[in-house]
Amino acid sequence: MIEIEAAHSFGDFRLEARIQAHGDTLALCGASGAGKTTLLNIVAGLLRPRAGRVAIDGTIFLDTKGGVDLAPRLRRIGYVFQEPRLFPHLSVERNLRYGQRFAPAAQRFVDFEAVTSLLGLGSLLARRPDRLSGGEKQRVAIGRALLVSPRLLLMDEPLAALDDARRFEILGYIEKMREAFSIPIVFVSHRISEVERLASDIAVLDNGRLVEMRRGAAPSAT
Amino acid sequence: MQQGFGAWLGFSPQEWAAIGLSLKVATIGSLASLPFGIAMAWLLARRQFPGKLLLYGLVHLPLVLPPVVTGWLLLIAFGRQGIFGRALDSCCGIVFSFRWTGAALAAAVMGFPLMVRTIRLSIEAVDARLEQAGESLGAPPWAVFFTVTLPLAAPGVIAGLILGFARAIGEFGATITFVANIPGETQTIATAIYGYTQEPGAEFSIVRLTLVAIVIAFGALIASELLAARVSARAAEP
Repeated sequence: MIEIEAAHSFGDFRLEARIQAHGDTLALCGASGAGKTTLLNIVAGLLRPRAGRVAIDGTIFLDTKGGVDLAPRLRRIGYVFQEPRLFPHLSVERNLRYGQRFAPAAQRFVDFEAVTSLLGLGSLLARRPDRLSGGEKQRVAIGRALLVSPRLLLMDEPLAALDDARRFEILGYIEKMREAFSIPIVFVSHRISEVERLASDIAVLDNGRLVEMRRGAAPSAT
Repeated sequence: MQQGFGAWLGFSPQEWAAIGLSLKVATIGSLASLPFGIAMAWLLARRQFPGKLLLYGLVHLPLVLPPVVTGWLLLIAFGRQGIFGRALDSCCGIVFSFRWTGAALAAAVMGFPLMVRTIRLSIEAVDARLEQAGESLGAPPWAVFFTVTLPLAAPGVIAGLILGFARAIGEFGATITFVANIPGETQTIATAIYGYTQEPGAEFSIVRLTLVAIVIAFGALIASELLAARVSARAAEP
């Protein structure tokens, strides 16, 4: 179960939403400016809301009333940003392994070889990020987030920057990944058609508010 | 060997001492201040705290103060009777006044604003979203700094170090005020040239030391360019 509750404002924008997803793949949908990325940043801990609560399967990351606010690095949440944000001075392999060493050994359940073969990264390991195509960069970014052995994976428009063929390919990788590692996912998209196949729960946001919760095609846990 | 080579070039032992001391003072002064320069640059580039503007002003003060004022303040603070000078002498046996160590301190203080400014600009140019990515991957702040920020800012750090070194070679006012112009102990190229201008018939010494100063400054600038080019080429390697 994924619970996200947040009240926040900056400038004219006001965000006030309470989302409960019973499945393990939640999609946040809506036009740009609806507050989707803001919600992801709150879940990741990169933005602290005025008031809010974030809990995944009973583990509380943020509860402003209860005085809980875990630092981003202690949340162990993998974040695939809208742009890949790969470290330009490190090889693909060192990018992938970056978060591995910071995860406590006892909690590491994602294996390097499993990730590279699942995402088809084996032949890219020695390259620098500037020698990768858009789709390859996105796959490395997904792999890097997975290798943190995250309790939750956040993906901000993982398909937006790709052409149709690549989009289909990455979608397939995300589905395989969900089956292989059973990590809950929250992802953001501005197209409902794109998320219906992938999501168990869909939250439609408009101008900082939740306007609709609906079921997606993916099986729900309950 | 040095004597013979020096005599062949026409350098007197006193001139050799000044050249050697200039290089020693500038190397040690700039290297010793580098960790502080990096820390200060990072603070100014990435942190918000009360009194930041005041700290910025203090760091940059040697750039705009008359050097003789900076030298006198160093004498007050780090002289034998100064607060820091006395404490450092009694705890660790470090004496600055009228020693080459004082010349290194003066060179470091005078070069510090240039060093901090160069490094700060290169840290500011590092994409903060990459640091955020490091944080989201579980890295504590110090690890983000050493694995993301510092490597990406490396060309600027090298440029800052060399600029600090070049500024130290040229240091005059604060040095002569703080540690005077003692041949073999605190006399650098700059203070030696000044000394020779006060003596009749020392024109050739002035010309020789001036050429040396030009060669060192030029060499530092070329080295900084080559190193920065190598660092960015390495960063772009496949």
